[in-house]
Amino acid sequence: MEASVEHAPVDYEALRARLAHETGPLYWRSLEELATLDEFDALVHREFPSGATDPLDPVSRRNFLKVMGASIMLSGLASCARQPDEQIVPYVKQPEQTVPGKAQYFATATTLGGYGLGLVATSHTNRPTKLEGLKEHPSSLGRTDAFAQATLLDLYDPDRLDTVRQDGHERDYQALVSALRPVLERIATNQGAGLHLLTETVTSPTFGRQMAQLRERFPQLRWHQYEPANRDNARQGALDAFGVYVQTLYDFKKAALVLSLDADFLCVGPGRVRYAADFADARDADNGAMNRLYVAECAPTLTGANADHRLSQPFSQIETLARALARLLGVSGVEVDAEAVRALPEAWVNAVAQDLRAAGRGRSIVIPGDGQPPAVHALAHVLNDALGNVGETVLYKNPIEVEPTDQTASLRGLVEDAAAGRIELLVILGGNPVYNAPADIDVLGALEALRGKTTVHLTSHFNETSAHCAWAVPEAHFLEAWGDVRGHDGVASIVQPLILPLYPDAKSAHEILALLLGEENAYGLDIVRETWQSTLDDNAWKTALSRGIIQGTAAAAARLPQPPQPPGPHTPPPRSGVDVVFRTDPGVYDGRFANNGWLQELPRPLTKLTWDNAVLLSRATAAKLGVRDEDLVEVTIAGRGVRGAALVQLGHPDDTVTLHLGYGRERAGRVGAGLGFNAYAVRTAQAPWYATGATLKKAGGRYPLARTESHHLIEQSEHAGRRHLVREAPLAHFREHPDFAQHMGAHAPAAHKTLYKPEEKAYDGYAWGMTIDLNRCIGCNACIVACQSENNIPVVGKDQVIRQREMQWIRVDRYYKAGGAAGFDDPEVVFQPIPCMQCENAPCEPVCPVGATMHSKEGLNDMVYNRCVGTRYCSNNCPYKVRRFNFYKFADHDTPQLKLMHNPNVTVRGRGVMEKCTYCVQRINAARIEAKRENRSVRDGEIVTACQSACPAGAIVFGDTRDAASRVAKLKANPRNYGLIEEIGTRPRTTHLAKLRNPSPALAESRPAQPEEHA
Amino acid sequence: MENRLSHPGLQPVAPLIEPGHDDASITATVSDIVLEKPQPKAWWAVFFLSGGLLTILGLSTLWLFWMGLGIWGINVPVGWGFAIVNLVWWIGIGHAGTLISAILHLFHQGWRTAINRFAEAMTLFAVMCAGLFPLLHVGRPWAIYFILPYPNTMALWPQFRSPLLWDVFAISTYATVSMLFWYTGLLPDLATLRDRAPRGIKKTLYGIFALGWRGSARHWHRYETAYLLFAGLSTPLVVSVHSVVSLDFAISVIPGWHATIFPPYFVAGAIYSGFAMVLTLLIPIRKLYKLEDFITLHHLDLMAKVMLATGLIVLYGYASEVFYGLVYSGSEHETFMMWNRITGPYGWSYIALLLCNGVALQFLWSKRVRTSAVPLFILSIIVNIGMWLERFVIVVTSLTRDYLPSSWGHYTPTLYDWAAYVGSIGLFFFMVCLFVRYLPMINIFEMRHLNRHIRHESHS
Repeated sequence: MEASVEHAPVDYEALRARLAHETGPLYWRSLEELATLDEFDALVHREFPSGATDPLDPVSRRNFLKVMGASIMLSGLASCARQPDEQIVPYVKQPEQTVPGKAQYFATATTLGGYGLGLVATSHTNRPTKLEGLKEHPSSLGRTDAFAQATLLDLYDPDRLDTVRQDGHERDYQALVSALRPVLERIATNQGAGLHLLTETVTSPTFGRQMAQLRERFPQLRWHQYEPANRDNARQGALDAFGVYVQTLYDFKKAALVLSLDADFLCVGPGRVRYAADFADARDADNGAMNRLYVAECAPTLTGANADHRLSQPFSQIETLARALARLLGVSGVEVDAEAVRALPEAWVNAVAQDLRAAGRGRSIVIPGDGQPPAVHALAHVLNDALGNVGETVLYKNPIEVEPTDQTASLRGLVEDAAAGRIELLVILGGNPVYNAPADIDVLGALEALRGKTTVHLTSHFNETSAHCAWAVPEAHFLEAWGDVRGHDGVASIVQPLILPLYPDAKSAHEILALLLGEENAYGLDIVRETWQSTLDDNAWKTALSRGIIQGTAAAAARLPQPPQPPGPHTPPPRSGVDVVFRTDPGVYDGRFANNGWLQELPRPLTKLTWDNAVLLSRATAAKLGVRDEDLVEVTIAGRGVRGAALVQLGHPDDTVTLHLGYGRERAGRVGAGLGFNAYAVRTAQAPWYATGATLKKAGGRYPLARTESHHLIEQSEHAGRRHLVREAPLAHFREHPDFAQHMGAHAPAAHKTLYKPEEKAYDGYAWGMTIDLNRCIGCNACIVACQSENNIPVVGKDQVIRQREMQWIRVDRYYKAGGAAGFDDPEVVFQPIPCMQCENAPCEPVCPVGATMHSKEGLNDMVYNRCVGTRYCSNNCPYKVRRFNFYKFADHDTPQLKLMHNPNVTVRGRGVMEKCTYCVQRINAARIEAKRENRSVRDGEIVTACQSACPAGAIVFGDTRDAASRVAKLKANPRNYGLIEEIGTRPRTTHLAKLRNPSPALAESRPAQPEEHA
Repeated sequence: MENRLSHPGLQPVAPLIEPGHDDASITATVSDIVLEKPQPKAWWAVFFLSGGLLTILGLSTLWLFWMGLGIWGINVPVGWGFAIVNLVWWIGIGHAGTLISAILHLFHQGWRTAINRFAEAMTLFAVMCAGLFPLLHVGRPWAIYFILPYPNTMALWPQFRSPLLWDVFAISTYATVSMLFWYTGLLPDLATLRDRAPRGIKKTLYGIFALGWRGSARHWHRYETAYLLFAGLSTPLVVSVHSVVSLDFAISVIPGWHATIFPPYFVAGAIYSGFAMVLTLLIPIRKLYKLEDFITLHHLDLMAKVMLATGLIVLYGYASEVFYGLVYSGSEHETFMMWNRITGPYGWSYIALLLCNGVALQFLWSKRVRTSAVPLFILSIIVNIGMWLERFVIVVTSLTRDYLPSSWGHYTPTLYDWAAYVGSIGLFFFMVCLFVRYLPMINIFEMRHLNRHIRHESHS
């Protein structure tokens, strides 16, 4: 266009005036157009002289025919697909490093119980879609647990609190800021008196820095910490033994012998993932010695299920055991009640003592459970000291928490302060104390007393506590906000967000603290960066972000002022009535994951229960009470009662019930509210983990429980044994007969015995295969959630689980094996993860009438979803029953948040379609493409399936079985390798490695010495 | 020769056609039911009742298509429930018609004449009911055409190794051949009705469907050839269809399904249940429509004998399953399957099955039972139930507990499972009602022929 047209500069004042008088929608092409519509018309006409702006005028015959013809053609085109009516904005400049369709990976960390677990988050076009462990992080080593996997779903939970609320009404964040301003000013004049903070356990260095700043500004402020699964006993035990708080770390790799005093160290507590990894490595009998695990516990745990010798004892007897062992090991100054000792099985105690001595100095671990009283912790310190373990397998470090506190006392202090009217402003950062405080600490009353004062709750969901606070502020998910956190050994990680908060008002705890400091619009990144300003320059900061950990931040060794002091005199608490043991739930933990469908539907490792908690009791206790599974029973402790469904747990001690925390939520969201019963209602500050003197009675009525394995525990287990599904032998037997697994069960028919010509099954290229080492698997379920997350597997709900329609692609079968004299009442437990076996002779394939499941050249049973018509014949004919069917439209195609979460490389399956494990074929394809691009073959270890990546114990190995040097091929050559029910000729590509146990020779008579084999 | 077709040495209980009939009376008796007489009250009762059940079928099917298969009780491991049980049951019932019309025709069994038209119609309706279930039971019924080998741009064929595909061919062939066979046999009678009907819509419609049948010698010649050909075509189908259906199970690896005895055992069971259903229908109908002269006790006796024979084959099948399972196989899985079938959670169904098909069957040894309408009617119903239970035991009990005990499950039919089952019975009886009302349920011209033959023989 020639610049011949000149017109006056735009008169903005006139423009505004003119716009003020316009009504209705108005579009313009430029400000010039708007300013001078008439002039603009002229301009356009000059530029496109002949009818350009109005091609239909005048309507000539030729024009008419032309246009009609075109519109008829176009109408045909238009009907092909309805185009969404929306504006699209292409990248003008492609953001650096963003390639649509290609995932990016960021290091970050998740927090549970205050301690961090390093993660690598996968991001697809800026949406986090998968979490995996961070190899460099000492708490993770690249592995995760079920909780960490499931936190992804928390991000996209559609029930999250989405705006700031004041007394239930929607507000914006600025309203809170303005409301807090005068309160803070007032408090500041009183040196901060009246300002109270309540948090959960905190290890974040930035939080510590901010607290220090805050204390400078408000010297009188009080910081309370409380979370229900706290480590008060461990802290107190250390304090009692050493006079200072210390953090105890364990090195399971070095330990030949582990004694757990009611510690579920494989699943609970800081370092659980690392400990599971180290523990599994120390049981690798193929490459060295195998450790031995003794577990004395008062209710069955997963760690107990992995024990070589499990001793089921009443809660208080754990202390007796610890004391008796200390005496046997010659520790001076430990008293023990003689009568209580008599109640212990002498052989067991002697065997443990003898083994501990035989293991050698510094080669064992005595680990106490967080629920055990401080005395047991002190005794464990004493025992470890006596065994020379300190500095070898047991390491004492400076506290990792910012401020280790007796949390129960801290919460009580808060309630007292509230009652006394000493609180002006209460800021609760996370947590849900109204729901999960001890029953005798009246947090609800305290909040009611604070009506009229300012109470602020930073929370992910509008929960029981938010409902009683004046303000509820949406808490940003860790994938949305900057932060930092320390791992179990103190190593700090930057919590790096991958996405802006889904709800703009969502804030992190750091941002709220900054607000209290008067930095009203501080951004999380700046806050966290400031903490590390002095230690990390920009390069080091970038390294810390990309590596996920900050070097040199591990906790230093603690300087102990004194050798561990044994606890005082032994006064076994009187036992009366029924004992009650409280445990965090293996699914919803302390209740924080109540609205997480993945975890709700996760079959609990031992009970295979989903969607509920239950009153767990032994067969004998149930029989005495005359209750069956699902009968309602009432547990009453000191006048407080709770009612729940009974569930028999094999191996549970008699006259004891186990209650899992985390259920009975009233305000959890659509997923989690109204399930199970609230065990907090009977949990007091005095007896947070164990109570005695409870009464248990039949309440009448039934409550359906959704379990993924049917109710014939013993019959099932007996048949599993008879069918040699799980092959197992004692270590000694394995040393003599490493190939014992080959002599159990019927043999597979020879490969050549087939009616088909071998060339019909010609394999080409890679031959994918998997091994699952049962000797490593601890049964923790991390693989299930990882798979669910990777493969867009829907959650089906309690009712559908009852109808046996759960969709998880990998499951962990649990069988019991009759133990010693008590038979099935003191069983051994075995776990067996079952993904699709990818059979070479897959029974599912030939029966599909439409060929929707086909064999790939690389040996996968491919599932073609859009070809499937849903006859379910393949599932019927699958001897492993690994196929899952969409009986309804289970997948959520509609909720916008959940749409964001889906892995874009995996089809979201519709109604009426069969699905199953694909060996993460999308990962295989990605690696294959990458390899082809670089003109090489896929390297061993390049493809890691989701289950394999999550497995804390490293039980799952995937790779090319054709490549003799690959890990999987080597494991398949291991004599422990066997194919599940391969006698029917399926030739499974997924095989299992037989399990070993390492029983003590001293206790051997109680266990069968060798497995049932044929010649 | 006497008015009976029988083996020497056996004393028949009754003639095949009671004396006193001539061409006119036979034609009148049969065609008046359609053209002249009002339907008995019982017809109306059955019509409305089955119509109601048919409505239930329609509504529950709509709900099924709207919601998905989840409304049924199926699950993993029990992927097949009532739908497949019903499918196999109905297909089995159909077999009697084809056996009677084709094989007995080829063997010149005159006694088939009175019942073949009805049995063939029953076959068609049973196949209709059976054919319904594959459509209902797939997850994506809108894509069920994938199962057909139709040409498509993706050059995709169905999986020819799958027994379900063989089912499609077997059942559709069966339905087509049965339909044509039945219709061909109807032509002369449709012409009779056309000729006897008053002027009007009936005459027109019968006229259209009679395809211009004039009864010329050439017509008869071609008719006889065609009929013989159809009989020949149908004969292998009697054996093949249920053999193929049984392969759905036998081909699989599931204990309780994976059995080589299935094809003959299923065919025998099919004929057994088919004859039971023919008896269930004919005993009341011969009474209601006063057809005792044509469907005599001799017919009942013969049908009961076929039931006894096939029932014993079925019993042999049960015995061999027990033998293989408990004694011969040496497989832990097979042994457990058999024990579980007898003593497991669904043991009741196996015991009930043995009572129905094992114990009740023995009454058929008695001539008195075979020739008394009421006990035979009751027994036929028991056999129908027994044969349904047999399929339930095979399909459901085997699936609930297979190889891995961790995946054992349970199947509890829901309201909609029952609705589909009961609804299919409604469809069946509804069709029977329409058939009885609008078409000659006994082959008029063959009866005339048989009657003449008998009279001629006895006179000479």
